[in-house]
Amino acid sequence: MRLKMVLTMIMGLTFSFSAMAVSSPDEMLPDHHQEKRAELIGSKLRCLVCQNESIEESNAELAKDLRKIVRQHVAAGESDHQIMEWMVARYGNFIRLKPPFNKLTLLLWGMPFLALIFSGMFIWNLIIRRPSPQTPLDEKEKHRIAELIKDE
Amino acid sequence: MKSITRRRLLWSVPFATAAVAGGGFWAMLSGLKSGKFDPHEINTPLLNRPIPEFHLDVQPPGMVFNPIILRQINKPILLNFFASWCIPCLLEMENLQKLSSQIDIWGIAYKDKPENAENFLQRNGNPYRYLGNDLKGSVGIEWGISGVPESFLIMPGGMIRWHYPNPLGEAAIHQIHSLLRKS
Amino acid sequence: MLENILSPEAGHFALALACCMAGAQFILPLIGVQTNNRRLINLAPALAWGQFIALAFSFACLVTASICDDFSVLNILQNSASDKPLLYKITGVWGNHEGSILLWALILGICGAVVSSFSQNLPFSLRARVIAILGGSAAGFELFCLTTSNPFKRIWSAPMEGQGMNPLLQDPGLAFHPPILYAGYVGFSVPFAFAIAALIEGRVDAAWGRWVRPWTVLAWSLLTIGITLGSWWSYYILGWGGYWFWDPVENASLLPWLTGTALLHCALVVEKREALKIWTILLAIGTFSLSLSGTFLVRSGILNSVHAFAADPSRGIFILILLAIISGGSLLLFAWRAPNLVQEGIFAPFSREGAIVLNNILLCSMAAVVLTGTLYPPFIQLLTGQSLSVGKPFFDTTLTPIALLLLIGMAIAPLLPFKKARWQPIALPIYIAGGLTVISAVGLYFYAYKILPAIASGIGIGIIISAIIDFIRKITLFQTPLKNSFHRLLGLPRAYFATHLAHIGIAITTLGIVGMAFSQQKIVEIHTGETVHLAGYEWQLSSIQQGIGPNYRSIDATIAISRKGKAVTWLFPSQHYFPRQRQMITNVAIHTNLIADFYVVLGEKRGSNNDPLYILRFYYNPLAPWIWLGGFTMALGGLITLTDRRFRVGILSKKTRKPSTKAKQA
Repeated sequence: MRLKMVLTMIMGLTFSFSAMAVSSPDEMLPDHHQEKRAELIGSKLRCLVCQNESIEESNAELAKDLRKIVRQHVAAGESDHQIMEWMVARYGNFIRLKPPFNKLTLLLWGMPFLALIFSGMFIWNLIIRRPSPQTPLDEKEKHRIAELIKDE
Repeated sequence: MKSITRRRLLWSVPFATAAVAGGGFWAMLSGLKSGKFDPHEINTPLLNRPIPEFHLDVQPPGMVFNPIILRQINKPILLNFFASWCIPCLLEMENLQKLSSQIDIWGIAYKDKPENAENFLQRNGNPYRYLGNDLKGSVGIEWGISGVPESFLIMPGGMIRWHYPNPLGEAAIHQIHSLLRKS
Repeated sequence: MLENILSPEAGHFALALACCMAGAQFILPLIGVQTNNRRLINLAPALAWGQFIALAFSFACLVTASICDDFSVLNILQNSASDKPLLYKITGVWGNHEGSILLWALILGICGAVVSSFSQNLPFSLRARVIAILGGSAAGFELFCLTTSNPFKRIWSAPMEGQGMNPLLQDPGLAFHPPILYAGYVGFSVPFAFAIAALIEGRVDAAWGRWVRPWTVLAWSLLTIGITLGSWWSYYILGWGGYWFWDPVENASLLPWLTGTALLHCALVVEKREALKIWTILLAIGTFSLSLSGTFLVRSGILNSVHAFAADPSRGIFILILLAIISGGSLLLFAWRAPNLVQEGIFAPFSREGAIVLNNILLCSMAAVVLTGTLYPPFIQLLTGQSLSVGKPFFDTTLTPIALLLLIGMAIAPLLPFKKARWQPIALPIYIAGGLTVISAVGLYFYAYKILPAIASGIGIGIIISAIIDFIRKITLFQTPLKNSFHRLLGLPRAYFATHLAHIGIAITTLGIVGMAFSQQKIVEIHTGETVHLAGYEWQLSSIQQGIGPNYRSIDATIAISRKGKAVTWLFPSQHYFPRQRQMITNVAIHTNLIADFYVVLGEKRGSNNDPLYILRFYYNPLAPWIWLGGFTMALGGLITLTDRRFRVGILSKKTRKPSTKAKQA
């Protein structure tokens, strides 16, 4: 439960660019706040027939239909969660541009932490000093290197 | 563990990761070739669920597509979404005709004018037992389709057993047959 | 006449010849080093040049075929048409899969030739091995081009007219984006070759770091420009102000950029402190591998994206094998040889190199997240059959916190000296920069009530201020007479300015991204003559005209923008209809005053012919141009580093051959 709270907090922080591809003014909701909300929900829904675009960004017919549905549901007073559920019930998790946190996406969501820990460990291991044999440079090479880095 | 062994292990990690990824890519590529792997596939959450609630806008006279009857069928049927403006739909028509002698096919014309759908079927033959019209595409959304053609195999009692989001080809028809035999 | 000499067959032959020479360039020097046969080794530069000339000839043949509208060449038939403007006939050569692979090979050839010319100063065996490895990679790509994507393939009974090029690609921004981007990708082959050679030799030292760094900087700068151009292109072409989509193709370019940035910093530590050597080698291998696998993923059909080329699994298999040999082989070599490399310098965590370690951890973690996010859907599909999407909201959520940490580090790190830093001398600048960061963040928060943009822009401002304070300190401005300060200013190495410039570039981009979060827009349906109010400006649709272009028909709108009745500018958004492709392209009109972009899109025509209404989308994007301005500033920083006298290793060679008194002092 704690983790979920922290995650929601981080998510709440992310940029929410309000760009839109709404193709005509009559698509928009008259209420400004509702329209903003609909845009935000739409930006999290994948346009199914496009690649990696949200329905708010796409000009595809299906995206247009889904935008309309999102706005109908927003106008009907449904919560973001309800609308998302409605979409997932029809199109599965594929429609969510931000996959839910579950068993299947454990590695995906855990990656930032894993990567930080692992790359930290990896580099730490390299910093620890240890003796090791290496072919020593001969005099000529040493001289050459000294010349090359002489500007220091 | 000796530190040199540990370091060797640690420095094999990049190779191991790359090897696993490479193996995965290999499997994907061979899957792409054999048709077993499709990165565009969207699996429908409707599978093995009862058919969704939906309402058809217009009923063409004669062959009435009734969602309530669809829920009460006593033998398997195939539900097919199509449109007269869709070229892949034209390609699968021949296969649908053949299939219609073995299983009842119910058709829904997706985002199509009723007269266009009618003409399309007159020209290319009509494999459908019943035909409905989804003028605005809202039925399509209830069924979670992302384009046409898409087909669903529905079992007695209105359970969705199989979904195919592409034009029906040999492989798909084979799958239908084996599912029908099992039931 | 020219087209007889530069015929497609000649091009095909030259490509095959280049492939043979690349093969020889790979094998002969390696044998030469092993058997200590100087004659074989000395062949290497000649072969590299020969390969480059053959490739350049081959490429010229393809360009000629395109300019002369030779539709008997399948590639030209599919991607060109006689009415296409000349510029796009030339740039269209690399706008398709086959041509772009040839360009890729050509750039690899250029790298080989340039390295062989500028490396006379390198130890004998290292040079031979570096050139050999570059030759080996080139041979792989040329073989790929010859076997599965031959751009010179002819067809029987050539049609009179070609099929034309996607109108979206007929754009100057996109014409020059691929070569620069590829030059960036391919440029990382040089640090890669150095890394492999070092692994074979079993030796990495400060000089190695110094040789690798200019190449890394060059490749990094080009990649930065390439990515910036690509992002700018999507901003003005896609018509709703988006500039980054976390699309697989974009991620494929971002990944080597992230690890390349890490490599850039790491190589510095190798050079100055002889530490982090193994890690640097791994980064060099990883960066080039990521450049290659990006190409693979995009062209194999595994990841599909808006920008994808026609996917073909058989091509995918070839590139996968190539990738297995190049990346798999080198990582195996790494696992085997790295434990034998010595690690020398130990260092205090609170120092410049300590900060660079942190930078590396953060950058590599970001790269790991991007990689995982990009590959997760196909892998889940493969393993479980489930379909998932990973898009912008995921990347924003996971990467923003890491990126903010990185930005904070960036503000502090340049103040720290190498070896060991003490708190006392840097305390004051950090207090000032930190204080101003907090003040601007708090101020912005109360101005706009958006937390994250406020924090991000605060840190961005902090980076700039910390750079300025450091600069003032370095030239002891206000502390010593102005003349003294001026002398110190002249004495500062160019690399010093470059570092700060690149960091300020990042800060500018950050501020641009933040500014876009305050973008305002309006979608309207209006008659000609009507005015709309947005962001304190009046936007008037003055007129609509029809026109005809070389291969399209157009509808052109004129928008007059004014502020309180005073004219500011005119904008001309348009729609082009390309009858050959039956495609409508919307041309966005943008006016920038560097503080904000005025961005207008012409939409559908509504209403009757007598009383037409037009849909227009107006955007006011504050600081939007800073996103790309920052990108170019970063690249400029990189390019300035290259002119630093300490870097001109190759050019320096003539001087260093003479005995130098300074060297003895060092």
